[in-house]
Amino acid sequence: MAESESLSRDEVAHVAKLALLDLTDEEIDLFTVQLSGVIDTAREMNALDLDGVQPTHHPLGLVNVMRADELRPSIDRDEVLAQAPAVEDDRFKVPPALGEA
Amino acid sequence: MTTPETASPAAFGDAQSIANDVSSGTRTAASVVANHLDRIATHDGEVHAFNVVTAERAMDAAESIDQRIAAGEDVGPLAGVPVAVKDNMCTRGVATTCSSKILEGWEPPYTATVVERLTNAGAIVVGKTNLDEFAMGSSTENSAFGPTHNPWDLDKVPGGSSGGSAAAVAAGFAPVSLGSDTGGSIRQPASLCGVVGVKPTYGAVSRYGLIAFGSSLDQIGPFTTTVADSATMFEVMGGHDPLDSTSANQPALAVSSKLDAGVDGLRVGIITEMAGDVIEGIDADVIARLRAAATALEAGGATVGEVSIPSSVYGLPAYYMVAPAEASSNLARFDGVRYGLRVDGANTALMNTASRTGGFGPEVKRRIMLGTYALSAGYRDAFYGKAQQIRTKIIEEFTAAYEHFDVLLSPASPSTAFALGDKAADPMAMYLNDVCTIPSNLSGQPSMSVPFGVGDDGMPIGVQILAPLMGDVVMFQVAAELERVANATNEAGA
Repeated sequence: MAESESLSRDEVAHVAKLALLDLTDEEIDLFTVQLSGVIDTAREMNALDLDGVQPTHHPLGLVNVMRADELRPSIDRDEVLAQAPAVEDDRFKVPPALGEA
Repeated sequence: MTTPETASPAAFGDAQSIANDVSSGTRTAASVVANHLDRIATHDGEVHAFNVVTAERAMDAAESIDQRIAAGEDVGPLAGVPVAVKDNMCTRGVATTCSSKILEGWEPPYTATVVERLTNAGAIVVGKTNLDEFAMGSSTENSAFGPTHNPWDLDKVPGGSSGGSAAAVAAGFAPVSLGSDTGGSIRQPASLCGVVGVKPTYGAVSRYGLIAFGSSLDQIGPFTTTVADSATMFEVMGGHDPLDSTSANQPALAVSSKLDAGVDGLRVGIITEMAGDVIEGIDADVIARLRAAATALEAGGATVGEVSIPSSVYGLPAYYMVAPAEASSNLARFDGVRYGLRVDGANTALMNTASRTGGFGPEVKRRIMLGTYALSAGYRDAFYGKAQQIRTKIIEEFTAAYEHFDVLLSPASPSTAFALGDKAADPMAMYLNDVCTIPSNLSGQPSMSVPFGVGDDGMPIGVQILAPLMGDVVMFQVAAELERVANATNEAGA
């Protein structure tokens, strides 16, 4: 099935890994077909001559906004931590970053 | 077609009449809110517009408004007006879920600027409305908490992604509501539910507290039953917000200033690609209503012509690269560390992956995958880069069109409301719903849907009005004229 699609199963599995998503075999099969369909539509853009056209990143062409470096109240730390899945000593708690627990 | 009991826009009056009554003491805010909460309790089981109804908070707020009015205070232009808020806008202390399992139960520690400004003007939040998960969809079927039903026909979708907010207004659960529009998520459901829906100019209304989807496209706007109510909402919410660095540094646009001015002498251009068979799949009854709207404006003294925006044909593929690319980046923050769902894993990376896998639904995963692919090494120039160049082309073509026209017209949605389940299995068929609305998200220009009659199936059809950047005032001027004609036609027919 994957042979006839724009994206291969392997590519879909690789992209899932980059996106930190763990897909089942069935999901990889389905996404291979569905994402290939969208990519095929996106290829319609190739029909346009876009040589020398500048890209638009943002409709208003805004530049960075800086504010004065003044003290002001921020969001309450306890209120933020109350919503976290795990907390220890006023910090977000996660499993080990290296190795395994 | 008989109107079902679930459909009753402005069941207890529009926002203007409620604010007048409450300010003058003819009605109390408490009685107005109680009326709406009763109607929600009776009918939202069938419609499912709300993820949560904040009944107690709303009654407390109403009583406080009534006390202030009794003390002689002017509480603002939205005194006692119930408002339903799309559940992707932060409300401090009230669950904000984006209709996703990954945020189920999360209570934000701050409130969105738009909600803050509406409540400061006297409005009362009655609940948070259902949406396609993270605003990704055109039918509200992608909600983790079940679909919303169209109040005019419960077997049909309300559109999306702001389907809950559009349905809430059509059902008379609130006279006004808030939506967000990244590719049509206000205008398409407004069209399908027969209410007014506005996407202001990008940056004209603050997005602080809106959970980001596609940051260069997202815009908050109102749903209402009248053009004047949308104008009031816009003026209350608009204007610079130092908390949103993309907010335009200028006061709110005076969109109610020309509602009575008529359209004599205005130049109206129908977008050729959306009024025939250049873009396929736009239904004949929808195009017929568009032509009828143009004729009505001509009768009001406007000149009507046609104008081609050739690159609009490529808006859809460009959008479905840009929006997922930005979404894949924005949704990287949902990793099980600081908020929302955590699924345990032996180390941080495994925990991140398990949390995202367990928390996101299929459409969100699809968009994250698409965006990650479009931005990945070797494909970025071919897909994301090209899409951004098409954005430039669309902006140039719109700019050229506005040298000859004050506003442009197109359909808001290619069809009336379709049946629940009809397009759920085919992402590309669903994406085609956005074909008329996407170009003005890519360009940042304002656009809105105004109800203008019904289709062959008796379901509502909206006409889309588009205007130049920061040209929201003339857009509202034209919308008010279409509304006058539609109301006169309804009365003549009744």
